[in-house]
Amino acid sequence: MTEIALQEVVDNRPTGFRAVLAEFWSYFSENRGAVAGLVFFVGVILVAVFADFIAPHGPNHQYRDALLQPPFWQDGGSIKFPLGTDAIGRDMLSRLIHGAQYSLFIGCIVVSISLVAGIIFGLLAGFFRGRIDTFIMRIMDIVLAFPSLLLALVLVAILGPSLINAMIAIAIVQQPHYVRLTRAAVMTEMTKDYVTAARVIGIRSLRLMFVTILPNCMAPLIVQAALSFSSAILDAAALGFLGMGAQPPTPEWGTMLAEAREFILRAWWVVTFPGVAILTTVLAINMMGDGLRDALDPKLKRS
Amino acid sequence: MPLLEIDNLSVTFQTAGGLFTAVDRISLHIEPSEIVSIVGESGSGKSVAVLALMGLLPWTATVTADVLRFDGQDLTTITKPELRKIIGCQMAMIFQEPMTSLNPCFTVGFQLTETLKIHLGMNRAEQKRRAIELLELVGIPEPEKRLSAFPHQLSGGMNQRVMIAIAISCNPRLLIADEPTTALDVTIQAQILDLLLKLQKEKGMSLVLITHDMGVVAETAERVFVQYAGQQVEQQPVKGLFARPHHPYTQALLNSLPERSNSRILPSIAGIVPGQFDKPQGCLFSPRCHYATDLCREKPPTAGPVEFGNALCHYPLADGVPTNYPQEVRA
Amino acid sequence: MKGDVVLTAKDLTRHYHVDRGTFRKPAVLKALDGATFTLAKGRTLAVVGESGCGKSTLARLVTMIEKPTSGTLNIGGIDITSADKGTLMGLHKTVQIVFQDPYGSLNPRQKIGHALEEPLLVNTTMGKKERRDAALKIINLVGLRPEHYDRYPHMFSGGQRQRIAVARALMLNPNIVVLDEPVSALDVSIQAQILNLIVSLQEQFDLAYLFISHDLSVVKHIADEVMVMYLGKPVESASRDTLFTKPHHPYTRALLSATPVADPFRVKERIVLHGELPSPIAPPSGCTFHPRCPSMTDICKEKAPETREIDGCRVACYHPKIYSS
Repeated sequence: MTEIALQEVVDNRPTGFRAVLAEFWSYFSENRGAVAGLVFFVGVILVAVFADFIAPHGPNHQYRDALLQPPFWQDGGSIKFPLGTDAIGRDMLSRLIHGAQYSLFIGCIVVSISLVAGIIFGLLAGFFRGRIDTFIMRIMDIVLAFPSLLLALVLVAILGPSLINAMIAIAIVQQPHYVRLTRAAVMTEMTKDYVTAARVIGIRSLRLMFVTILPNCMAPLIVQAALSFSSAILDAAALGFLGMGAQPPTPEWGTMLAEAREFILRAWWVVTFPGVAILTTVLAINMMGDGLRDALDPKLKRS
Repeated sequence: MPLLEIDNLSVTFQTAGGLFTAVDRISLHIEPSEIVSIVGESGSGKSVAVLALMGLLPWTATVTADVLRFDGQDLTTITKPELRKIIGCQMAMIFQEPMTSLNPCFTVGFQLTETLKIHLGMNRAEQKRRAIELLELVGIPEPEKRLSAFPHQLSGGMNQRVMIAIAISCNPRLLIADEPTTALDVTIQAQILDLLLKLQKEKGMSLVLITHDMGVVAETAERVFVQYAGQQVEQQPVKGLFARPHHPYTQALLNSLPERSNSRILPSIAGIVPGQFDKPQGCLFSPRCHYATDLCREKPPTAGPVEFGNALCHYPLADGVPTNYPQEVRA
Repeated sequence: MKGDVVLTAKDLTRHYHVDRGTFRKPAVLKALDGATFTLAKGRTLAVVGESGCGKSTLARLVTMIEKPTSGTLNIGGIDITSADKGTLMGLHKTVQIVFQDPYGSLNPRQKIGHALEEPLLVNTTMGKKERRDAALKIINLVGLRPEHYDRYPHMFSGGQRQRIAVARALMLNPNIVVLDEPVSALDVSIQAQILNLIVSLQEQFDLAYLFISHDLSVVKHIADEVMVMYLGKPVESASRDTLFTKPHHPYTRALLSATPVADPFRVKERIVLHGELPSPIAPPSGCTFHPRCPSMTDICKEKAPETREIDGCRVACYHPKIYSS
């Protein structure tokens, strides 16, 4: 019989990071809401980064002659303060713009702390199982058993009210979700043959955990990170509103709401605009998170 | 009159990368009380074809056929309630994974009597009597006890027997078995195959056995359809197929079986089955065929005459040698 | 040299404790119960059996992922049950494994080139360039092309992935390769390609194979020696020719008769085994095969048979079929 040369079908699809990114984008862009969310979120980031250049006034500059001035389209409003001023004459727009900085800062820090801690604990629990697993998971169960805002409140009460402490408290409250997700993902990956193959090759535990297994668990974690980014902003706003987060005169959106509480009936703009800012940002991030899940979750991935 | 007539059945799927033809103009004629096997590798469209027949494909699939007739009734024009009476009742199906084709939330007895209730309208006492009878028929010991068992309490072989019991509960005229033994151990596989053959004989059903295992084909089927990349490449009675395959793919496939080879190195088929994006222009097997000529690479072949097993080939094999083969290539 | 013994296993046993709830004592699962065999250079020992027979446990013990509960396992002159950690890490190089499922055995986030170089990275002091050269050399050897070096596993077909898995197993120049059902997830036409690859690599590198399979036709093609297992116990071991022409144990004979053969003209004697495979947690008394055995007598229920030698066959049965010479 004649021997035929191996005519494997050549796959010419591009490789490397760009290809991965292109594939990701093709899935992500199918979800229009997600793209809209992304655009808005990028807008918020830009506003936060260039706050000092965009904002017409300083966030804490008080215009004594323009107390509780309404937005420009209402009677008595002026283009000088497009969204009006608050009770002590600070420009609402400028405060909101600077508030975006705080919100993003809170989101980033909280997510980083809880993600890193969650991954480490989750990896340990899922990888070693046994006593370590039981110990870690029971602690997480206890944390989860408290209503999250209440626990955050208690922690802030112990640590003292400040933005940093609020962020730490929120991170602690959120971190069990990451632990559970990581542990579940690690446990599924552990049963796969490639992990056994890596062991047979002689790869030690630490490398196995972080180099072999972890990258395969990242997809659900990224989605969770995006979604908890928004809940971190929300929780921080809630703590701020209760006076346990950022302290006045910080232009944090939740704190702004708290300060404006007494003017709800007289000056709608002082409460509405910070509220709308929180709402739209959180909504945008959530929609973006949905798109991320569609693009990263292999269970939903169509071939 | 054939029990089942299918002419030029095609199934296309809408995918992210465009249309994908999973089944390309296949024809099946199945006589009453006949055992037919559809054999092919993964991606040959053998399961998709029968799923299309049963109406079990997702909405992304488009099914077209010139003729689709069961027992003289045209399935393409028939009303939905009538179709439902045929499918699941006169035409039943069992699947590869016995552990997942039964609902884990309900007992075996419930799932069995449910079919009886829906299709035959029996009352409770009749249902139970019939259920026990069916379980006995498929060789399940202590059927009364098993009625209240959940699928996870039974082994894979037992679950497959339950699936068979559900499938034959309305005395179907046609039973389609999609890889019924692939997930089972060898000794259990033998039991299930024996059971299927016994039931086929007793009930006079037609049996369509979809498989990739040439051994199972050789031991059970009477007539065999060979599929490759969505096309039907050959059909023959089983003995003829194994002795004198007419299509080069069948020949190469049989040669690559370890049990039919005496040499240390098997005569394997190079390359892989073409996928959605790399379908060759001419004959789909031409990139892997060692008889392929320029004609094969350029022009898709048409089905040959019956004496050549309708082989989809420009040069169908007679006694292992291609016919009408151009002289200069052979040299 | 070909035929040199590289691995000796004696009475290899592995038990697991299975939790049965808070209030009951954990059950003992005898996944592997007294396997004795040797592997030699350039030769293939096939282990055959159905699910729950201990094939995969055997693979885990031989590749040193798990330690045996009792018995000895001697690899290249070192007894691994008493060896210290450092020696064991060194031994990892000599035994490698290829898995059944080509989709699960490669890390989806790792490029092929990197997957192949990783064994060298963690076990040797080779430089980047040397590792790359070694990987490219082996890619060529298993019938892939250099441009595959930068691809991810999902871009390959099942057969190609299995080639990659074989390549990875060979990176450390092992003496022993455990092949855990390497072709049973593949299509027939691809199966032949991979079997050919495995055979030619064995000849090239004088590898000792432990070939685990449930498919007797593949085993008949590739094995030199065959060991048939049932519920964790080897019931019969013999050379390939002896086992396929003169099977002694009733289980072996039933297994052979139950395996479908692609030959419609063959008139076959069918020994149908009744009943299911028993659960390994509560195996039957005496000879574990007795509830399904056609030649069972009273003694089979009481006492497990010793392994004895008949016509070059090691059989554990009271009533083996005797062939007159």
